[in-house]
Amino acid sequence: MTEERKHTISLLVDNESGVLSRVAGLFSGRGFNIESLCVAETLDPEFSRITLVTRGNERIIEQINKQLNKLINVVKVTDLTETEFAEREMALVKVRAKEEHRAEILRIVDIFRCKVVDVSPAYYTVEVTGSDEKIAAILGLLKQIGIKEIARTGAIALAREAKK
Amino acid sequence: MEVLKEEGVDTIFGFPGGVIIDINDELDKTDIRYVLVRHEQAAVHAADGYARAKGKVGVCLVTSGPGATNTVTGIASAYMDSIPVVVFTGQVPTALIGNDAFQEVDIVGITRPCTKHNYLVKDPEKLAETVREAFHLARSGRPGPVLVDLPKDVSQSKINFKMPPPPKIKSYCPHTEPHKQQLERAIKLILKAKKPVIFAGGGVILSGAYKELTKFAKKLNIPVTASLMGLGGFPGTDRLWLGMIGMHGTYRANMSTGACDLLLGIGVRFDDRVTGKIDTFAQNAKIIHIDIDPTSIQKNVPITIPIVGDCKIALKKLNKLIEKVDLQESLKSRPNWLKQIEEWKSTTPLAYEQKDVIKPQFVVEKLYELTKGKAIITTEVGQNQMWAAQYYHFDQPNHFITSGGLGCMGFGFPAAIGAQLACPKKTVIDIAGDGSIQMNIQELIVAVSNKLPVKVAILNNRYLGMVRQWQQLFYGKRYAATDIEAAPDFVKVAEAYGAVGLRATRPEEVEETIKKALATPKTVIMDFVVEREECVYPMVPAGKAITEMLLA
Ligand SMILES: Cc1ncc(C[n+]2csc(CCOP(=O)(O)OP(=O)(O)O)c2C)c(N)n1
Ligand SMILES: [Mg+2]
Repeated sequence: MTEERKHTISLLVDNESGVLSRVAGLFSGRGFNIESLCVAETLDPEFSRITLVTRGNERIIEQINKQLNKLINVVKVTDLTETEFAEREMALVKVRAKEEHRAEILRIVDIFRCKVVDVSPAYYTVEVTGSDEKIAAILGLLKQIGIKEIARTGAIALAREAKK
Repeated sequence: MEVLKEEGVDTIFGFPGGVIIDINDELDKTDIRYVLVRHEQAAVHAADGYARAKGKVGVCLVTSGPGATNTVTGIASAYMDSIPVVVFTGQVPTALIGNDAFQEVDIVGITRPCTKHNYLVKDPEKLAETVREAFHLARSGRPGPVLVDLPKDVSQSKINFKMPPPPKIKSYCPHTEPHKQQLERAIKLILKAKKPVIFAGGGVILSGAYKELTKFAKKLNIPVTASLMGLGGFPGTDRLWLGMIGMHGTYRANMSTGACDLLLGIGVRFDDRVTGKIDTFAQNAKIIHIDIDPTSIQKNVPITIPIVGDCKIALKKLNKLIEKVDLQESLKSRPNWLKQIEEWKSTTPLAYEQKDVIKPQFVVEKLYELTKGKAIITTEVGQNQMWAAQYYHFDQPNHFITSGGLGCMGFGFPAAIGAQLACPKKTVIDIAGDGSIQMNIQELIVAVSNKLPVKVAILNNRYLGMVRQWQQLFYGKRYAATDIEAAPDFVKVAEAYGAVGLRATRPEEVEETIKKALATPKTVIMDFVVEREECVYPMVPAGKAITEMLLA
């Protein structure tokens, strides 16, 4: 039995109602786990791209890939983990912005190349984009200052093209 | 309607309702036979039986809401057994969908995990194309049920009809052609094996690979076992036949699987009822696995050589590959292996002792004898199903029709109705339990009114016998909720419906009863009052290796 690993799987699917629930239902029905899942239309409005992150040993991942392929509405399954790929997540973080912390927040924002997207007397909302490690790191720092709430996307990813 | 005809539909099983009045109205103007069942679950089982007996797609038409939900069990059974069925359900008008309208249910949502695919048709212009896709999906690749949900306004609308071309679905192209190199690797392993076993499954039946399998096994002198779904895929009277494998498999089939050095699985999915304790299954063997569905491969057991493809095509190619090979060396070890198997067979055969009370096995043996093994047998679920599998020796495919994967009580009788409609000239017998038969007994009127000479042989033990067997063996004989002594008089029930009822209470009446039933060109129920506490043996207790059988 091989070790459990995180896998990022990219799916090209028909852009019609019910497809997401077929994919989600497959995971719940067969006891596979989904760590995150992102969907949006592609350039061609007939298709959507789903990026999902899951975890499992080799046998489970093989089953996941095959079972996804078997769904009639799934056009293409790519397990990006087997290739070079670019992966991003985004989070919006609402931080308590007391007078004495504002400079500190802005410094963190600067270091992590984030953006402040909303400012109110008591809160700053910070937009952060990057790998899940980067997001975890900034959340760790901002937590000490005080986070009111956050919203996170799952990962989205694309395979890298050859450099030459 | 036009599409249905184009797809070769001649029979539809169904039950009407508000939102499909229009469809039934149109259907009535065609020469498609509409079989009015008395419960929608039975419609799907009947379509399933029809599909299996005829090798065609079975079709159902039911109304929305309760009509649709009643089909779910039937659909799930067809799904587990990969049977091509198309189920049309009525739906409330598109404008009302989502409003909790009268008799609205989200049947597409409900059946998503138990159909191969399903559709809600919202645009009448897409209807014809969708129906064609549904049939294509149901019958191709690994077959399975497909549901098409038809809102009332869609089925009421009039459009300019043009027959759509055969469907091409971008994201669906079943892999039927096996990989050549894999086949060559497989042959190498097979020729090297000293103690090979072939394990055939439902895929052999579904792909029509009976002849190819028989030829292959005989040429290489390899013994063959099968799952419940694979019975009839190889002649059950051949000297190479091992009997069924698994929880109630024969001693020699299970022992050979434990001892073999090569297992060639064809159209199987290594279900837990077959493998027993999974890490002990065929532990001395390399495994070659041929299946059309890639998800079946490497799902439950590690495979040495996976071959994705249609079983029939694969076997044809394997036969071709061995045509020019000198087999002498390879066949050298076979007599020893077959001798070992013969020994298992003679020391530990399937056995029972017929004394004063009728033994259920005896009834099945007599049925086999008196029909010369030629009948189409459907079964209910439980002990009756296992005895049918063990004691009726199937020499041909498509003659054993049972709810294998779902194990659904109430399956056998409606399936027999479907099979009889598919094959009017054949003798069709439902080998039934007294419990299961009561789960779709209302269909008697369908058999009688359609003048179907279906026979039902109830192995009446006044118990939910299979569950009782587990209670006897593993729960200290505490028969909680399994005594069904309180039962109707099945002879009178038959008569009330206009069928013929016969009863046998003593062993010497069995033959006479069967003969009489077979000579009666009507629906007949035979009530065999059998030994109450008979058990099905061999039995592999749950969680044990299949070589660890209880034998009595
Ligand atoms: C719909 C359904 N409910 C429950 C079961 C569980 N079950 C499996 S076998 C069995 C007993 C069947 O009794 P009977 O039809 O009399 O057959 P016997 O085992 O006595 O031959 C039961 C209750 C089932 N398989 N299907
Ligand atoms: Mg019983």
